[in-house]
Amino acid sequence: MQHKTDIIVIGAGPVGLFAIFELGLLNLQCHVVDNLNKIGGQCTELYPEKPIFDIPSRPRVSAQELVDNLLEQAKPFNPIFHLNQQAEKLERKEDKLWYLTTSDNITICAKCIVIAAGAGSFVPRKLPIENINEFENISVFYSIKDKSLFKNKKVLIAGGGDSALDWTNDLFSMSEITLIHRRKEFRAAPESVSKMLELEQKKKINFIIGQIHSIKGNLGKISEIEYKRDDKIYSLQTDFLLPFYGLKMELGPIAKWGLNLEENRIKVDTEKFETSVPSIFAIGDINTYPGKLKLILSGFHESALMAQKCFYYCYPDKKNIFRYTTSSKDLHKKLGI
Amino acid sequence: MGTIFVKDREGIEHKLPAEEGLTIMEIIRDAGLDIEAACGGCCACATCHIYVDENRLKNLEDIKNEEESMLDQAFNVIKGSRLGCQIEFNSKIDGIKLTLAPE
Repeated sequence: MQHKTDIIVIGAGPVGLFAIFELGLLNLQCHVVDNLNKIGGQCTELYPEKPIFDIPSRPRVSAQELVDNLLEQAKPFNPIFHLNQQAEKLERKEDKLWYLTTSDNITICAKCIVIAAGAGSFVPRKLPIENINEFENISVFYSIKDKSLFKNKKVLIAGGGDSALDWTNDLFSMSEITLIHRRKEFRAAPESVSKMLELEQKKKINFIIGQIHSIKGNLGKISEIEYKRDDKIYSLQTDFLLPFYGLKMELGPIAKWGLNLEENRIKVDTEKFETSVPSIFAIGDINTYPGKLKLILSGFHESALMAQKCFYYCYPDKKNIFRYTTSSKDLHKKLGI
Repeated sequence: MGTIFVKDREGIEHKLPAEEGLTIMEIIRDAGLDIEAACGGCCACATCHIYVDENRLKNLEDIKNEEESMLDQAFNVIKGSRLGCQIEFNSKIDGIKLTLAPE
C-alpha cells in the first residue's frame, strides 16, 4: 500500500501532534507513524495520569488531557495516523521525494520528514540474558501473533503486569502455564489478578516467585530455565518463554538513516531544526543543539520554525506570508471557524 | 552539601556532591553517569534502578506501592533495589553507597 503526502511526522507524541497543527496552518498535509498502538507517545504510555505544570497557560494539565487537546487542535488538518508500526526504511528516490516504509509494509512518500520520536520508539524490554537472541522468535516471544503455537505445550510467562496476567488467563485452557514473578503482587487490572489467583487455587496454572536467571537450550529450543529466589537458583522445564516486562525506548532504525547524531540524539540547527540531511527535520526530545532543554514547550517552538522551512521545500516558488490565527480569515477557514 | 558514592557498571566508585532536595537519580544523571531515567523521574519506568547498601536501607523512607510496582519492570531486583528518582537526598543518607543496577 502506498500513500502520498507533504510531510511524514514520525512520532505521535505531544510535539508530533503540535507539528501537524503548525504544518497544517501552512497548508501542509501530514501522515504520522508511531510504533505504539495509540496516540500520545510517552505522555499516554508512561504517565497519562501525571500532572504537567509547565505548559504555558495550563497551570496544571494531565499528560493525557494535554494529548487529547493537542489532537483536537490538529483535527482540522485531517492527519492520517499509521499506528502500531515502526518507521523502518527511508529512501530518497530520483523524483527527490522521500519514501518511508513501515514495519507493516506501508510506504508513504513525502517531500519532508519530521522526526518527533522523543526518546525513540517503544519496544518490548528484553531479558538481560546473554544468549537470549538465540531463542527469540523460536521459543521466546515478546508478543503473540499465533497462539496455536502453544497448544498442549509448557509455557512460562514472566512478569506481573497486564500482559503477563492476560495471557496467563487466556492460554491456561490450551497450554500448561507457569507464571513467574518476583513477588505475589501484581500491577494489573484487579479482575485479571483475581482470575489468575483463582486459576492458581484450582491448580489450573502454576505460580512461582522468582526472577529468570538463565536459559539453556539448543538451536533456539529451550531445554531448561533457571530462576533465582532468595539467592538460590532453581530450574524448570518449558517449551516456551513469554517475557512481559513492559516497554523501553530505543532509537531503532532511525539510527541508520545517515543523520548526524550526538549521544543518540539528532543534531539540528536552531533556525529551522533541520538535520544534517536537507528536508529531514528533528523536533522535541529526539534532537540536540547548544542549550537544548528537553521540555514539551521547546518542542512546540521547534515545530513552528520547522514548518516554515517545510513550506519552502513544498512550495519553493510561493511566498509564505506570515499570519496570525487571531486575525487571518484564511486560517480561520482552515480551522473550520 | 553532602556526598554520595556511586559504583558504576564497570565497578568504579564515584564520589558525587549531593544537594539536599535533589533526587538520587538527578544527582547521578547530572554527574554524567550512565543512568537512563527515561521518564524523567516521575516513577513511570524502571530505568533509574539502583542498589542501596543494605545497612543504609533503614535511613530511607519506606518504599511506596508505586515504586514497588515499577520495580516489577526491572531485572535483577534484590533487597536493596530502589528507583533513584524516588529517593530525595537529605542529611540522613549522607555518604550513602549506591550501585547502578545492571541494564
